[in-house]
Amino acid sequence: MSNINWRIILNHTILLIGVIFMSLPVWVAFSTSTHSAETILREGLQFWPGTNFIGTYREVLFEQGGVMKSVLGITMLKNSMILGIGFAIGKVIVSMLAAYAIVYFRFRLATPLFWIIFLTLLLPLEVRIIPSYEVVAGLGLLDTNFGLIVPLIASATGTFYFRQFFKSIPEELLEAARLDGATPWRFFVDILIPLSKTMIAAILIIMFVVGWNQYLWPLIMTTKEENYTLVIGIKQIYQILSEGGELPQYQKAFALTILATLPPVLVVLFFQNWFVKGLVESEK
Amino acid sequence: MKRVQFEHSTIPYLFIAPQIIIIAIFFLWPAAQAVHQSFLLEDAFGLSSQFVWFKNYFDTIGDASWRQAAWFTTVFSVLVTFLSLGIALLLAVKANEVIRGARTYRTTLMWAYAIAPPVAGLMGNLMFHPLIGDLYKFLNAIGWDFNHKLDSFDAGFVVVLIAVWKQVSVNFIFFLSGLQGISKAVNEAAMMDCKSPTRRFWTITFPLLAPTTFFLMVINITYAFFETFGIIDTTTGGAPGGSTNTLVYKVFQDGFRGADLGGSSAQSVVLMLIVLALTVIQFRFIERKVHY
Repeated sequence: MSNINWRIILNHTILLIGVIFMSLPVWVAFSTSTHSAETILREGLQFWPGTNFIGTYREVLFEQGGVMKSVLGITMLKNSMILGIGFAIGKVIVSMLAAYAIVYFRFRLATPLFWIIFLTLLLPLEVRIIPSYEVVAGLGLLDTNFGLIVPLIASATGTFYFRQFFKSIPEELLEAARLDGATPWRFFVDILIPLSKTMIAAILIIMFVVGWNQYLWPLIMTTKEENYTLVIGIKQIYQILSEGGELPQYQKAFALTILATLPPVLVVLFFQNWFVKGLVESEK
Repeated sequence: MKRVQFEHSTIPYLFIAPQIIIIAIFFLWPAAQAVHQSFLLEDAFGLSSQFVWFKNYFDTIGDASWRQAAWFTTVFSVLVTFLSLGIALLLAVKANEVIRGARTYRTTLMWAYAIAPPVAGLMGNLMFHPLIGDLYKFLNAIGWDFNHKLDSFDAGFVVVLIAVWKQVSVNFIFFLSGLQGISKAVNEAAMMDCKSPTRRFWTITFPLLAPTTFFLMVINITYAFFETFGIIDTTTGGAPGGSTNTLVYKVFQDGFRGADLGGSSAQSVVLMLIVLALTVIQFRFIERKVHY
């Protein structure tokens, strides 16, 4: 019996070490963000929250020159929201329509079009970043939400999620719908969308996180400060810190990492079950 | 494909059109330009360019700094993949085994999924900051003459550590759901036949997890290749001396900072071919080795 007890203790010890490994950096980042710049410079990182929470976060979010020269933290938060939500919704609509065509229709160009969509998985944006930038700049779309979001939708991950999901839906449904004389559009709206609710929710969550976390594309796409997202703010504050100044504002850098982390983490935690389901579905 | 399908001439094209139009404008066009540019050599002012066949490719592959980046990318990908898979598998097995607190463990181990790589990078960067970073001080205190700004091994260590930290949670989620998918009956039968939990794991559980593991390897290699861009950009920036450049980071560096469009495009195309080759190997491998 004692043998089994030892095993339980060992399991919990390993898990606790894992939890500490995963959580401690974020906890330290949060604690440190609530101390003053002087304290951090004198004493280093902080493991317990200090008294400067409201001061630092108010400065970062609402005061001009708090982090960037002109843009407020709250504006960056808004830009991140637009990117995350716009990307998620755009992706779900575009990829659901495409997956519907691929799975439910017989048409001549189905195979070549499928392969074109598949091709996008091989060549992420990072690799074709410069020509992509040139195309978007040529179309006059720099610093616009459209130019920021739409090129990101070009990759086909969402289409494959929905394709897998549609393939798992019983064929009898379509047969029955056709006997009742349903048009393709009716079948899509009245049967397929209601059936896909959980899947849509899961993909919205995953894509929100993916959109929110975009880095390289917004970095080169946005030239005006007012269009920065929080994740881009990270890059800027990193540069300010590495250039060095009078008194490095480490607490603001940490506050910014917390602000950039919080919304996607909350979404994932809040919709945990849907999110896990959606993520794991994608494997099949 | 479904056996029963709609037969229609134009409707499917309307449904698939948004995706195809976006792909054509923002994927095919730039990709074609990358291939086109990779055969061109621009003069110093970018005013004229001439067709130079495969010169950019030979220059790329012959370049010592490219080969250094290729080597670093290989080592980096292998380390990140195996370490993050190993840690995640260990945690998932334990989280699947415990009864008390299972849900809390699951939540606290998976939430880091939502953190952006550059955010993780900046956090790590500050943890390793020479002035305030406790990890920096700790490593120096235990006698490791640690300086990731100057020493390329130390810089690699920082980048690998952050990249692994960021990736554990995804792998954990997949492993845990893979473990939960193994039927109770199989586990109980195994318990009758074999007393040792370790042997049971390697002979029964692990082979049953093979499809998940394989899928995750693909995901992790892709991650190490592409998504770690944000981590490298906010920690080492490829320094010291380009020793922590991955191939993707180098494409960006040479194209944007160095304004070497032809060379950067040739690198993109080479990278694309590497990814293509990896994909083909994956599909071959899936068919032969992994039984679903």
